[in-house]
Amino acid sequence: MANSTTDRAKPAQTETISLMAILAPAVGWLIPGAGHMIQKRWIRGLLLFVSIVTLFLLGLAMQGRIYRANGGDILDILGFVGDVGAGAMYILTLANDWGQGAIAFATADYGTKFMIVAGLLNFIAIADAYHIAIGKKR
Amino acid sequence: MTITLTHFSAALVFSLCASIVFGIAHRDNTREMVRYGAKCFAMFLGGVFVAGWIMWLLRR
Repeated sequence: MANSTTDRAKPAQTETISLMAILAPAVGWLIPGAGHMIQKRWIRGLLLFVSIVTLFLLGLAMQGRIYRANGGDILDILGFVGDVGAGAMYILTLANDWGQGAIAFATADYGTKFMIVAGLLNFIAIADAYHIAIGKKR
Repeated sequence: MTITLTHFSAALVFSLCASIVFGIAHRDNTREMVRYGAKCFAMFLGGVFVAGWIMWLLRR
């Protein structure tokens, strides 16, 4: 009797885990830290959000350049891969035509790197949210 | 709006943000997260000072 109850509970639990394993990384990509927040890791999510968004916005404010999808120079492709990790912020930046990059500012190059790193850090946060979703991490 | 950071303040902000993410992502419990984050931050800043002194020596 106890076994049949356990057997019935198992598929539902697996379904929940697999749904969260897809949902958490997707939401986490779109909004940094949100993958943790939907799994009730509020403080971790908030810290990730603040860190990644601060880095990206500072990069923009420093007149950094945003990379678009391209098939040219390998460094440009890698720049795009990094930037795209920022999710909604990247989409918003492209939509508003921000992040053109200004050669006049010496710190603009730092800004470009800040935005790439923000995207790459978000990839790490996404992987962490996934590990929490599959139960590999608490 | 344009923000102009110095080399050091840019490195400081970068180190802080990256250390927070590293700490959260690479450790399992809160205590270890804080310790690892602090260690990463110290290593980043230490690296900045070491690189700075090396560049100063090379320039002379």
